[in-house]
Amino acid sequence: MNTLRTLTEADFQPSPSEDNLEQISRPSLSYWQDAWIRLKKNTRALISLYLIVGLAFFTLIGPWIWTKDPAAQDLDQISQAPALPKTALLVKDFEPSATPIDTTHPPAPSGYPDALDAVTGLTVLGTPTTQSVRLSWSPVDQAGGYSVYRSESAPEGLMGLGLPLASLTAGNIVGFEDRLNLKSQTYYYSIIPTDGFDEFDVVSTLEVSPQQSITVSQALERQLIDSDDRPGQTVQLAFHPLGTDYLGRDMLARLMQGARVSLFIGVVAPLIYVLFGVFYGGFAGYLGGTTDQILMRFADFVVALPFLLFMILFKIAFGIGPGESGILPMLIALILLLWPATARLVRGQVLRIREQGYIEAARLLGGGPSYLIARHIIPNTMGVILVTLTFAVPSAIFTEAFLSFIGMGVAPPTPSWGSMCNEGVKTMLSHPHELFFPALFISITVLAFNLLGDGLTEALDSKMRSKE
Amino acid sequence: MFRYTLGRLLSGVITVWFIATATFLAMHAVPGDPLMNEKATTAEIRENLARKYGLDRPLPEQYVIYLSNMIQGDFGISFTQQNRRVNDIIKDHFPVSAALGILAITFAALGGILWGAITALYRNQLPDIIIMFLVILGISVPSFVFAALGQLLLVNLNQWFGTSILPVAGWGTFSHMLMPSLVLGLGTMALLTRLMRSSMLEVVNEDFIKTAKAKGLSPQRIFFKHQLRNAILPVVTVLGPQIAAITTGGFVVELVFAIPGLGRYFVQAVQQLDYTVIMGTTVFYGAFLVLMVILVDIIYGFIDPRVRLK
Repeated sequence: MNTLRTLTEADFQPSPSEDNLEQISRPSLSYWQDAWIRLKKNTRALISLYLIVGLAFFTLIGPWIWTKDPAAQDLDQISQAPALPKTALLVKDFEPSATPIDTTHPPAPSGYPDALDAVTGLTVLGTPTTQSVRLSWSPVDQAGGYSVYRSESAPEGLMGLGLPLASLTAGNIVGFEDRLNLKSQTYYYSIIPTDGFDEFDVVSTLEVSPQQSITVSQALERQLIDSDDRPGQTVQLAFHPLGTDYLGRDMLARLMQGARVSLFIGVVAPLIYVLFGVFYGGFAGYLGGTTDQILMRFADFVVALPFLLFMILFKIAFGIGPGESGILPMLIALILLLWPATARLVRGQVLRIREQGYIEAARLLGGGPSYLIARHIIPNTMGVILVTLTFAVPSAIFTEAFLSFIGMGVAPPTPSWGSMCNEGVKTMLSHPHELFFPALFISITVLAFNLLGDGLTEALDSKMRSKE
Repeated sequence: MFRYTLGRLLSGVITVWFIATATFLAMHAVPGDPLMNEKATTAEIRENLARKYGLDRPLPEQYVIYLSNMIQGDFGISFTQQNRRVNDIIKDHFPVSAALGILAITFAALGGILWGAITALYRNQLPDIIIMFLVILGISVPSFVFAALGQLLLVNLNQWFGTSILPVAGWGTFSHMLMPSLVLGLGTMALLTRLMRSSMLEVVNEDFIKTAKAKGLSPQRIFFKHQLRNAILPVVTVLGPQIAAITTGGFVVELVFAIPGLGRYFVQAVQQLDYTVIMGTTVFYGAFLVLMVILVDIIYGFIDPRVRLK
C-alpha cells in the first residue's frame, strides 16, 4: 500500500490554513466505498463485471447495430457454419434441357451381357454450381443403362457410394444433371453401368466441388441485385458472422433476441422475488414471536416444494399449456417459488441486527417499525441481499434454459438461449455451431455472475475489512 | 434421536400433503378441462368420460377423493396411454431413474470429496488451479449441454476406435449407465468439490488439528482421520437438496440419451397435458425428495453428535 515517493520542496511548506492542523488521517471511507475498492482489486470479479456490462450492451444496443431480422430465413445459407461474407455466382434460371443421348449407340444391349466395362470419360460440363452439376460420360458398350450416386465422402470401391440419384434405363443416355439440394462442398459422383436391370461391379468416380450460386430470379427476389445484372457475375450474399440455424436464420440476430428473453427472466425475476423475500423476511424477523413462526413455517413449506416440478406445474397452470409463449408464466412461477430462500436469509440477518444498540436508539427516538426496517435494518442487510441477488441470476437463467430445453419454456418463433440449445442439440453432429453459440452465451453469463458473486461476497465481508 | 426422527417424519408428511394440495389446486387452475383435446365430441361421451374420471363432481369432493385415493397409493389412470395406471408407469420407470440417479450421486460424491481434498492439499498450486477452473466450468455449463457433449464424445470415440466402446444411447446394461450418470453428476460434483475445498481449508486451522500435529501424528493420519472426516460433514448436508437437483437434471439426461426413465415420462406427460400422470408423478417425486432430505438429515444426526443433542 505504501509507495515511496520523492519529497519535494512543496511538501515542507507550512499549511496555508489554521483550521485542520490536527487532521492527520486520510478521509474516512464508508462501508460501500471500502467494498468497492476491494472489489476493484479482485481481477476475476472485475472482468466478470465488464463481461456483464458487455452482455447488457449486446442485448440492448446490439439489435440496433446488427439490424438483421432474427426471424428472416436465408434459404441460400441454411445451417451455415460461421464464415466470412460469401459470394455467389449469378446463374440463369433453370430451363429444362433435353436428355443427352448419343444416337450412335444402341439404347439396349443385344442379349444379356456377362460383364461391362467401367464408364470412361466422366466429366462435368460447364461450371459446377449449387444450382446444377451436369455430368457427362462416354457410353459403355453393351450397357442398358446407368446408375448415378452421390456421396459427401470418397467411396471405397463399391462401398459408400452414397445417395442414389438416378437409374437411367437406356445405354445411350450419356449425361445427368444433378439439381438436388447442392451445397458448396465436395461431392463424389459414381456411375455404374447396368444391363437395364442389374448393376455391374464396375464403378467410375468423379470429385466435384460446386460453386455457390444463385439464380437471377432468386437474387432479385431477395434484393441482392438490381434487375440489370447479368448472369456470370458474382453477387454478395447476406453476411452471417456466426452462421445460420437449421432454418437459415441469422444466429447472431437470434442470440441477441434470445438474450433479451434469457436475461430479462434472469434479471427481473430475481429482482422481484428477492425484493419480496426481503420484505417478508424483514417483517417476520422484526415482528418476531407467533407471527414470525407462522410466516416462516409457510416459507418452509414453499422451500420444500420440489422446485423444477412445480415450476413446470405452474407454467402449465398459468400458461394454458405447452407451446404458448411463456415469458410471463415463467416469471410468475419463478417468483412464487423462489422468494422463501431470501426471506429466510434476511430474517436471520434481521434477528441479529435488531438486537444491536443503534436500533434500540432509533426506537427510543420514536422510529416506527416500517421506518426502522426501511431505514436501518434493510440497508444493513444490503450486502447479503446483493450477494443473493447476484447468485440468483445464474440460477434463474439455468431454469429458463432448462424449461426451454424440455419444451416448456418460451415458444417458437421467439428464441431464447435455452430453446436455441434445444434446436441445436438436434443438429449437433452435423452442425455443432448451432448448439455451441447459445451454450457458450449461457455459460459465459452464468460464469460472470457466479464470479461476480464470489467477488462481492469477499468484498462485502466485513471480516475482511479489518484484515487490511 | 427417536424424537428427532419422529419430528422430522411428521413435518415431512405435512410437506407431502402440502405438495399434494398445491398440485391439485395448480392442475385445477388450468383453464379448460382435460377432456378438451379428446376426439369424442358428443355430449354423452364427454359426460361419460367426466364421470369415469370423477370430473363431474364439485371441487371439494374431487379433492377428498383425490386425497383418499392417494393415501391408498392409487394415482389413477393415464389420460393419454390407454388404460395404463399411473402406478404402473411409476413402477415400471422409476427404478430406471433411480439406478441412474444413484450412480450419478455416487460419482458426484466420490469425485467431489476426492477433488476437493486434492485442491485443499495443493492450495494455490497447479492442481488446485486446474481443478478449480474445471469446477467453475462445471457450475456454469447447463446439464443438457454436458449431456449433448458427452454423447458427441461417445460418438467420436466409437468412430475413432472403430468399435462400440460405450453405447451412445439407450438402456439395458451397465455400460449404458456410465456416460449418462457421469454427465448427470458433473454439476453436483463441481459444487461438492467447491464445498469440500473450503471446508477442508477451514478444518486445517482448527485446534484439534494442531493438537494432532503436536502429538506427532503422521500427516497421512491427520489427513484421513481428522481433517477429511470433519470436512465431509457440510458435504453430507447439501447431499439432500442435491439429490433433488440430480432427479430433475435426470429429465434432460434421460431425454438426450433416450433412457426410459420416469423423468422422460414426466416431460412427455407435461407436453401432452396428461393430467393424472403429471399429478401422480409430481406428488410421487415430491414425496421421494422430502424423504431423501429427511434421510440425509437423520444420517447426518448419526455422523455428527452435535445435531442429536439439539
